[in-house]
Amino acid sequence: MAKFGEVFSRVFRQAFGQFKRRSLGKMPKNSSPVVGEKVLMFGWELPPFNSGGLGVACFELARSLTQFGVKVTFVLPQTQAIKIPFLKLLFADQGNLRVKSVKTKLHPYISSKLSKDDLTESEKERYSQELVSEVEGYGRRAVKIAKSEKFDIIHAHDWLSFPAGVEAKRATGKPLIVHVHATEFDRCGGECVDARIYEIEKRGLEAADKIIVVSDFTKRKIIKYYGISADKIEVVHNGLTSLDRKGKASLEAFKKTGYRVVLFLGRMTLQKGPDWFLKAAQKVLRVYPKVLFIMVGTGDMERQVIEEAAQMGISDRVLFTGYVKNEDLSRMYRTADLYVMPSVSEPFGIVALEALSYKTPVIISKQSGVAETVNHALKVDFWDTDEIANKINAILTHPSLRRCLKNYGEAEAKKNNWRKAALKCIGVYRSFASSK
Amino acid sequence: MSSVCFYFQVHQPHRVKKYTVFDVGSDRDYFKDSHNERLDNKKILEKVARKAYLPTTALLYELLKKHPEFKISFSISGTLLEQLEEHLPEVIDSFKRLVATGRVELLNETYYHSLAFIHSKDEFRRQVEHHQRKIDSVFAVKPKVFRNTELIYCNDLSQEIAKMGYSGMLLEGADHVLGWRSPNYIYSAKDNPNLKLLLRNYKLSDDIAFRFSNRHWEEFPLNSSKFADWVSQVNGTGEVVNLFMDFETFGEHHWEDTGIFEFLRTLPRELLKHPDNDFVTPSEAIERYEHRGELDVPDFTSWADIERDLSAWLSNPMQADAMKKLYGLEKKILLSGDERLIEDWRRLQTSDHFYYMCTKWFADGDVHKYFNPYETPYEAFINYMNVIADLKLRLKESSALRTRRKTKLSPK
Repeated sequence: MAKFGEVFSRVFRQAFGQFKRRSLGKMPKNSSPVVGEKVLMFGWELPPFNSGGLGVACFELARSLTQFGVKVTFVLPQTQAIKIPFLKLLFADQGNLRVKSVKTKLHPYISSKLSKDDLTESEKERYSQELVSEVEGYGRRAVKIAKSEKFDIIHAHDWLSFPAGVEAKRATGKPLIVHVHATEFDRCGGECVDARIYEIEKRGLEAADKIIVVSDFTKRKIIKYYGISADKIEVVHNGLTSLDRKGKASLEAFKKTGYRVVLFLGRMTLQKGPDWFLKAAQKVLRVYPKVLFIMVGTGDMERQVIEEAAQMGISDRVLFTGYVKNEDLSRMYRTADLYVMPSVSEPFGIVALEALSYKTPVIISKQSGVAETVNHALKVDFWDTDEIANKINAILTHPSLRRCLKNYGEAEAKKNNWRKAALKCIGVYRSFASSK
Repeated sequence: MSSVCFYFQVHQPHRVKKYTVFDVGSDRDYFKDSHNERLDNKKILEKVARKAYLPTTALLYELLKKHPEFKISFSISGTLLEQLEEHLPEVIDSFKRLVATGRVELLNETYYHSLAFIHSKDEFRRQVEHHQRKIDSVFAVKPKVFRNTELIYCNDLSQEIAKMGYSGMLLEGADHVLGWRSPNYIYSAKDNPNLKLLLRNYKLSDDIAFRFSNRHWEEFPLNSSKFADWVSQVNGTGEVVNLFMDFETFGEHHWEDTGIFEFLRTLPRELLKHPDNDFVTPSEAIERYEHRGELDVPDFTSWADIERDLSAWLSNPMQADAMKKLYGLEKKILLSGDERLIEDWRRLQTSDHFYYMCTKWFADGDVHKYFNPYETPYEAFINYMNVIADLKLRLKESSALRTRRKTKLSPK
């Protein structure tokens, strides 16, 4: 007998096909310059060469800032074949001939690409050591750039570029804003905090003149774990990302037979709670048997989660797709009856806004920043798998509930845009201009 | 002459406890939550009794003794009465003492404080009769005036109430109902000149019920002499000032430290300082004053929210769905003859359950949020629908039981 899971993964591959590169969004026409600040922005990655949400968030924020007339010079650590019409791009490694081979592996999320099966402990250690020294090297090279550029403000995104921001400030005396998209405590799910990364974060936060965080949730963490005073921190929620929206819904024939699709989408790491998702899935199947759970993403927990599904005896109802982008991503959103984000610690969680923008109802962890900005979402504690299952079942069972979450949720998600975020950042920039 | 007519609504629902899909089929005690204090009906009742019911009834008794002119009226829902009988009979005694003064009128409503009229006139009548019996058995009183849940009203409803023999009814003095007319007169129902209507003066009522403790209100702080002046201004332009509000206004919505009890304590005295003022109960008002025309109200009105319509209970797909599912069970539930099942089904009809599912003002948070014991309207809906699922299961079980009994009894 062909396994249920095999049949569906075949259907699934047909439905979702190959993956394409994300295309860069166009500049909207209605960009009216209102300010003339020059910002030197330090980041780590930009699309299409991004490995996670950080690159996308930087891109969107920079774009919206330029729409308001802010001049953004964006610095990346390594030369890449990116052209973005509205950004002046600089690469910190230019003129530097020492290119290490390990650089191709560099990745902001140490844990995600490094499965214990791929690397030995000592290799892992060496890798993270190299990442840390790369980050510090980026900092040293930032001095040269800072000295040769003209700007009013330094804006550095996450720990990877904090040293660059700090060095640039030291070299020029310009005000430094550090922007926290995630802390080490989020990334590691609260376990095994890397002391070197924590140190880099702390130094950056202390050196900064102002800190921008993506949520109150993150603000509390910065105060609690890094000992930073609350009045130095400004909350700027992320916005809805402009997506490649071409992908159409799939699995229709399959859904016509009464099956529902529940989506997990995120790195398979402790932080994102794939194991909690699976536990909830098992419980849902006890009361609502016709459900297919699709888990999108890769990470160090992937193998563990697949094995666990097998042990639970629900492998035929859980599909693993690996990493998905662009058109296929929008297909996922459209196909799903519901998206679940059971993150253990989620500084923001743009994916929830994305799902809502596709009129896909969401269940989100209360341990997330996005929970602060949306009302029309169901909220759960990530560890309360009974309650997650209760809510999944309710959404699948009651069309009226789906309709409310979809329609009200979409409207609400669209209010969270990057222009709003950019305006708040400009407010922070201005506070320095006026205090001069 | 202007007569002040006080009516206080006294009601508590049976809130549904935290009930997940995994409780369906195993837990049949829907209304007893001792884990979550916002859903613990007994604890809530004790709190409201301590903060509001007991001190306010004691104060009103004092005022009735002190001012022979003072009069008030109440409508007490059946769902509250039975909870009081079980947990706090002393509150019932305090109401009895008020009624015994002869200057406190009791009104009828639906026993379950329900929206039954919208979905089933038969069920509506049964609940009104149930409430009549209850009020009669507890207070030995047969009310002559009816007030529907949350002052919901329309022509059809008045027709029904006239048929049941009531002489008066209460409704909201909503602008879209009255037009240019004043709420401070008695009117009659469309096509039923014998059914008199008392209209809530929402401006003056809400000055007490909503605005009293609002520090941003330009009239803050409100004292009883200022309020008595406003009421007296009606003299010459009206005959009866209907001050209708929740009884929980005193001590629960406005806590003691806002000065609400002091306000109430001095209000009759201040009102009586104006020689043209007096007090009436609803029945006295409709006997004493001529009705000034007929009110045509084709669509439902209520006293809720600024819309004064049904939208607090019936404006989103979840509310419509939940109500439809609930009343869709009516025939089968009643046929089951299972009294506990019927009772549970009726408790689920209380309007509060649907109010908790309202998303109208959800994003802004406001009065709905304040009154919602669930975290969100979604939690309220999910919880409620899980109970409905269990109700359906019980229905199946009980009909299976009956078929089995029948086959056993029938001769071979």
